[in-house]
Order: sequence, then structure tokens, then C-alpha cells
Amino acid sequence: MARWTPATLEADRWETPTARTLVLSVPGWTGHRPGQHVDVRLRAEDGYTAERSYSIASASAPDRLELTVQLDPDGEVSPYLVGDFAVGDRVEVRGPLGGWFVWDTTAPDPVVLIGGGSGIVPLMAMVRERHRTGSRALFRLLYSLRTPEDRYYRTELGPAADPGVDVFVAYTRTAPPGSARGPERLSVADLNTHGFPAEFAPVCFVCGPTGFVETAADGLLALGHAPDRIRTERYGAGGRR
Amino acid sequence: MNLITRGFHGRRGGDPTRIPPGQYETHDFPVLTVGPTPRVDTDTWTFTITTETGARHTWTWEQLLALPQESPHTDIHCVTRWSKLDTDWTGVSLDTLLEDVETTAEYALAHSHGGYTTDLPLQDLTDGQAWIAHTFDGHPLDPEHGGPARLLVPHLYFWKSAKWISGLTLLDEDEPGFWEQAGYHDYGDPWREQRYRGD
Ligand SMILES: Cc1cc2nc3c(=O)[nH]c(=O)nc-3n(C[C@H](O)[C@H](O)[C@H](O)COP(=O)(O)OP(=O)(O)OC[C@H]3O[C@@H](n4cnc5c(N)ncnc54)[C@H](O)[C@@H]3O)c2cc1C
Repeated sequence: MARWTPATLEADRWETPTARTLVLSVPGWTGHRPGQHVDVRLRAEDGYTAERSYSIASASAPDRLELTVQLDPDGEVSPYLVGDFAVGDRVEVRGPLGGWFVWDTTAPDPVVLIGGGSGIVPLMAMVRERHRTGSRALFRLLYSLRTPEDRYYRTELGPAADPGVDVFVAYTRTAPPGSARGPERLSVADLNTHGFPAEFAPVCFVCGPTGFVETAADGLLALGHAPDRIRTERYGAGGRR
Repeated sequence: MNLITRGFHGRRGGDPTRIPPGQYETHDFPVLTVGPTPRVDTDTWTFTITTETGARHTWTWEQLLALPQESPHTDIHCVTRWSKLDTDWTGVSLDTLLEDVETTAEYALAHSHGGYTTDLPLQDLTDGQAWIAHTFDGHPLDPEHGGPARLLVPHLYFWKSAKWISGLTLLDEDEPGFWEQAGYHDYGDPWREQRYRGD
């Protein structure tokens, strides 16, 4: 698990003008559990290295994984991965890492997924793994993002993509024309309406910027969800990602 | 193997004597927690050291604040790769808390309100290396950063500095905590990059 392995960029997809999915070929990769992440290491010609963590976006597969990286224009690593990293270029990865923010594909319990911005990435992996394994667990996904242009995975998380996965999108800055819900932050009322009731004891996964995760997790507690049913992953300090 | 990432130049500048390998400096204060933030009331807060023989030593919030206070100035390193330099804390040294505790234990398991645990060698908690901290940068420690009080063990990765600390159990044998069972390293030295089990 702790070994660094070469990963070659095989293909890419733009999710938004500032977010890019990297399809990496990783010979020897034996798969992962949905929700886990990898560490990515980049090394410059002179030996200088930088490392960052990225959630795995794809379902488990041998020799291959996908990441989705959001550009932080002031950052060190994401501008390279989004802008300069070209097909055929290599980085090193190690993983899969993280044993707690993981959905158990054999569990029948309903699942509430709450993602803010790029926090959707590991949740997408859970939705994909649900498909791959044929799980019948009911999913409800609440996806918070600023504007319709920031939306990742449009087709896969589009309207009626899967009857077992309800998708609710909360736009916080600009809502699409004609939408009933104005632009506003994900509220406790949204969690109540679009999640599962606490009596169903769903397992809840919350991922995104720290402030978003704090608010959503507090909202779930207020609605009576047990703390040990709420699993969180916080990406950073700012509300920027 | 030294694989080069073509076209990556990076942004140098961190002080390599203070930023451990694989870390980068942040001026924010990110949060690593795996669940919701517990809200712990200082009216009912207690901190308990339980020895290997079962003897218990408990302090209330007032008793903690009445003990001699220290103000460590230190760098902290989170396993999610950020390091924060020159942080200021106030709290009570574990040396003070362990003064009247009879023990020959070698390990400690730190317990948090909310149920998390993490294990450390007892010798990493003594000799001015660890505190129960309640103040950060002159302000009461925020709940999301572990307030009202957290363990502060700055020479190890920061998950060892258990947030919302409720007690220490002293043990003869090491017992992996919540984080360590989830795949993190048993010791967690940032200078040796002991992030995950097997590093
Ligand atoms: C478990 C985990 C999973 C993650 N998964 C994803 C994912 O799926 N997708 C994704 O996009 N991200 C993910 N992240 C976040 C990712 O690891 C990086 O933090 C992110 O890509 C930004 O890295 P960067 O190098 O571009 O920015 P950094 O260089 O780390 O900078 C981040 C911010 O800090 C500020 N900053 C940097 N240096 C300084 C300085 N010297 N002074 C002041 N400010 C400074 C910058 O303004 C910038 O906005 C994940 C993080 C974790 C912990």
C-alpha cells in the first residue's frame, strides 16, 4: 500500500472549464474501495517533489484509475495537473488510502451523499461502484455548487440517470434559468427534504471544503442522525474549492 | 526510481529544515476529522488518566486551568500534507498532569469525546513534548480544531494530537487507535514520512 507506482496519463475529460478528469494507467493497480484516495507525487527535473491527495473518481478496476482535479489558480499542483499534464506524461501515485470514508458495497443500508464542489469526486466513485457491483442500496445525492457551469459528471448525474440514485443539486450563486429554488446555500431544510429521515439510519458521506462539511454535518446532527453514521472528508481550509 | 514529471517545475521556497518531506506550508488551518464536530461543554468536561492498574486521576475544567500553564510556540504537521509554522498555544504540560501518576506503562491510548482514539508511546508525551491545549493564537480553541481542549504533540503528525481530548489510558502493550486501524502509521514521525501503516 505504501509503495509509489508510476502512473501515465492515458486520456482526459473536461468536466468544467476548470476541472479535468485524468484517466491514469497504473500497471499493477489492483482496485480500491469507493471513497478512498491516492497520494500523487510530482518530481521536477532537479529532484524537487510536491505531493497532494486526490480522491479516486472511478469505480474499482485493475491497472487504471480516474481522478478529477479542480484548478486552484493560486495553487502549486492543481494548475499543473489541470493545465500542463499531457497524455503520455507520468506522475507517481500510491494507495489506495483511507479506510473510513469508504462505502461498503455489501451493506443494504440507504446512503446519503453530500458533496460541495470538488467534494463530489469520491461520491461519484460510490455511485459508479454501486452500478458496477449491482448493489440495490438506495442512494440520495445532494450536490452543492456555485453555478450550473461548475457541475461535474453532468450525464452520469443527470436527470433520471438511475432510479436508485436521486440527485438534488443546490446552486449557491447562480441557479439555472427557470429553477424553482433560488441560489442559496444547502440548508437543513434541503437535507431534510432530499436526504433520508434519521429513522432509516442511512450512512451519510459528506465531502468538500471544511466550512461546507462542518455545516452539512451539523445539519445532519440537528436532524437526528447519529454521529457515528456521518462520515466526512475535508479537502482544505478555504471555501474556495 | 526517480521518475520525472515532464514539465513540472513546482514552487520551491519552503524552509527544508522546518517543512518535513512531502509537506507544504499553509497559512490556513485546515481540519482533518472523519465525522461531525462534537460540541463539548466545559461545565461537564473532564480529563482522566487511567493507569495500567486501573487507578484514575481526573481533572475538571477549573482544575485544569488552575494548574501551571505553558505557552508552546511550535510548528505542526498534518498527514494531509500541510504544515503550519509558528503556532502559539496555551495549555498544561503532560509532565504536570503525570506528576502524581504511578505508572510503568510504555504506551498511551488517547481518547476523545466522540469516540476517537489514537495511540502513542508514553515517552513521547513526557519531557516537555506534549500538552493539553485549550488556547490557540490567544483565543479559546475552536470546536473544529478540537476545542475546548486537545492533546498537542507537535513532533508527531497532527492526528496524534487528539482533538476533544477526554482522557489517556496507560498501557503496557501498544493498542492501535481509531486512526491507526483506519490505516495510519502507529508512530507518525513527519520527518520520516510515517504517514500510513508500513511506511
Ligand atoms: C483526502 C483528500 C482528497 C482530495 N481530493 C481532491 C479531489 O478529488 N479533487 C481536487 O481537486 N482536490 C482534492 N483535494 C485537494 C488537493 O489535495 C489539493 O489540496 C488541491 O488540489 C490544491 O492543491 P494545489 O497544489 O493546487 O494548491 P496549494 O499549492 O496547496 O495551495 C492551496 C491554496 O493555498 C494558498 N497558498 C499556497 N501557498 C501559499 C502561501 N505561501 N501563502 C499564502 N497562501 C498560499 C493558495 O492561495 C491556494 O489557494 C483533496 C484533499 C484531500 C486531503
